[in-house]
Amino acid sequence: MELLLNQEESMVKDSAKEFLSTHAGPSLHRKLRDNNCSRGYSDALWSQMVDLGWPAVLVPEDYGGLGFSHVAMGQISEQAGSYLASSPLFASSVLGVSAIELSGTQQQKEELLPSIAAGELFLALAVDETPRHNPEFVDCKAKKSGSEYSLSGEKLYVVDGHISDKLIVSAKISNNQEDIGSTTLFIVPTASKGIEITRVPMVDSRNSSTIIFENVHLSERQILGGVGNGSNVLSAILDIANTHLAAELLGISIESFRRTLRYLKERKQFGVNIGSFQALQHRAATLWSEIELCKSIVLKALRSLDNPNLSTPRLASSAKAKTCKVAALATNEAVQMHGGIGMTDEFDIGFFLKRARVAQLLFGDQRYHTNRVSELSGF
Amino acid sequence: MQDLNDFRLETRDWLENYCPQSMRTPVVDEIEKYCGGRRSSYFSEDQRAWVESMISKGWIAPTWPREYGGGGLTKEQEQVLKEELSAIKARSPIFSSMGLSMIGPAILEFGSEELKRQHLPKMIRGEIRWCQGYSEPNSGSDLAGLQTRAEDFGDHFVLNGQKVWTSSADKSDWMFCLVRTDFDSGKHSGISLVLFDMESAGVTVRPIKLISGASPFCETYLDNVKVEKNQLVGEINKGWTIAKYLLTHERQNIGDIGNVTRSHTLSEEAVESIGLHEGRLSDSGLRTEIAEWQIDYECHQLTMERVNLEIESFGVGNTSAMLKYYGTELNKRRHELEMSIHGGAALGWGEDSIARPWLRSKGNSIEGGTSEIQLNIISKRILALG
Repeated sequence: MELLLNQEESMVKDSAKEFLSTHAGPSLHRKLRDNNCSRGYSDALWSQMVDLGWPAVLVPEDYGGLGFSHVAMGQISEQAGSYLASSPLFASSVLGVSAIELSGTQQQKEELLPSIAAGELFLALAVDETPRHNPEFVDCKAKKSGSEYSLSGEKLYVVDGHISDKLIVSAKISNNQEDIGSTTLFIVPTASKGIEITRVPMVDSRNSSTIIFENVHLSERQILGGVGNGSNVLSAILDIANTHLAAELLGISIESFRRTLRYLKERKQFGVNIGSFQALQHRAATLWSEIELCKSIVLKALRSLDNPNLSTPRLASSAKAKTCKVAALATNEAVQMHGGIGMTDEFDIGFFLKRARVAQLLFGDQRYHTNRVSELSGF
Repeated sequence: MQDLNDFRLETRDWLENYCPQSMRTPVVDEIEKYCGGRRSSYFSEDQRAWVESMISKGWIAPTWPREYGGGGLTKEQEQVLKEELSAIKARSPIFSSMGLSMIGPAILEFGSEELKRQHLPKMIRGEIRWCQGYSEPNSGSDLAGLQTRAEDFGDHFVLNGQKVWTSSADKSDWMFCLVRTDFDSGKHSGISLVLFDMESAGVTVRPIKLISGASPFCETYLDNVKVEKNQLVGEINKGWTIAKYLLTHERQNIGDIGNVTRSHTLSEEAVESIGLHEGRLSDSGLRTEIAEWQIDYECHQLTMERVNLEIESFGVGNTSAMLKYYGTELNKRRHELEMSIHGGAALGWGEDSIARPWLRSKGNSIEGGTSEIQLNIISKRILALG
């Protein structure tokens, strides 16, 4: 039953939907935006998420977590998309936990995982240095002297960077003369000397920052996953990131479509509901079909994260590519079919367009992942 | 569960003994496909043996009741049988049977006991090949507007009219046919489903040549054709219900069209034909389009799988229109890409032409309800727009 949710996964989905539909949604999002909320999410919502155990979903039981699957967590990611719920879940509870769990030492796991699970410690992943996602391009340097390192460089679009306690940073190890290693990951406390974090206001009003590192002092113990092993580890983390973003984009598509469909049945012009016009019906039916396809690939990709194999990277990229395309279609059609009111800030539908665009671009858009699918398929 | 395992082992054993090696290879030519019917013949002795063994086992129609010649298997056993057949790549004993896939299930569901006993065993034994009389020159998408008349003469009807797009009518023995039996009531309420022998007096069949050069469809003229009253399926004037039931079946079959197991994927074909430059297909635009197609194809395959599981588990499903729409559009895209991949080599008009299946694929989004009709169905039945 790979393509159906089991009982536990269905329960997670139902409770996420029930909780977020009453406690999150566009009105909370609007409030956070209009009040220029400094942390970028609601503390009250977060503490309820902690009570529900969501930061612990992916953390193994040995480290104080629930040890649930990516499929289960993916249901929360999807509902977070539908209800525009901003929270540290993605950066800390999905990316942070996965990075530590995949490649951390026993000591790193013991030190970090229980506090992330308890919702007390916040992580952020600092990867990109270019406007378009390109994890291979790493200009950040960790200059080696003895068993110490000194990190310098700049990272862009770091989700939750300004609220995080620790950053996971990709850098190239160098000595004074030359590059001596391929990419390596470091765990860097944001309180370290030489770090400057600037929050950047984004179109979706969510957290994003630019981070400058200037001779940040690091020890060997802060290496994550071994020297020179950064590309491999990062590639697995990014597959997880993109699959959960695909789930979020699916949630955005489903909800924008639900709102649009409702509007087609309410709005009257020429004395009839505009949903009676075939020009709009066929576009709605096409969009509905596309969303059905997204549901299948997202579930397949999530399952594959729980049981990684050779197809996992291709499935992750396929899911991201497909949901990027469909979420763009769903949110654009949503604005167009709502007509003038869809263009107003007062109306909520624009929030979905804005969030979708950011989630699309983050860690690679449709073009990036389509290209990756061809590469992984040998052409 | 243990029973199912026993069944699997018995099935495997039986297939090992009764499925000849030559029936475990892919079909190379249409001529190798056995479709049954009065005018059919076996391509080889192995084929005869394979078909006859499957008939005597009842596995031509695995889940139909044994009393009509079926296998009497449960859904679960049928699934096991399918898996075992596909594991040894066994050929389908009877191909593209409108009897087994369309009218047979309808007779089982709606037909009288007499009809079941008369028709089902012959379908299973491959003695009678069936065709479908639905579309008419003036009733394409608007199928319920059909005008073929069946007038009541007490113990029989007399049919007059014209059917079109009847698949393989020139090779078929019997037709299941939608006719108008009430000329005054509403469009949908005066339709009935009747069965008749294609050798009846007054039936004339003319093949239609398509843009692909092939003639898979015919025009069928009905001129005072006499049909016994007992050949009515279900109640009189209630044929539209059965027609809709059958159209759902047809949509599923055509939606499966992209689901042909091929030896090469599209990208492998492209690499072979165009070549790689630094590990990438030399034509970058085509490369992107092929990758997009492959992603959509995988999504569609997974969706068929998911929808089937949902139907099995929850007994709901209203997605055949979507799968038909998407599957046929995908198949057209595939053929467009093949034309691009092979360039000038695709334009030849020989027997192994790439252009012929490309042209044939244009019909996929027309037959069995156009893409636009599928979108109407989704809008009305699923999205409740109207």
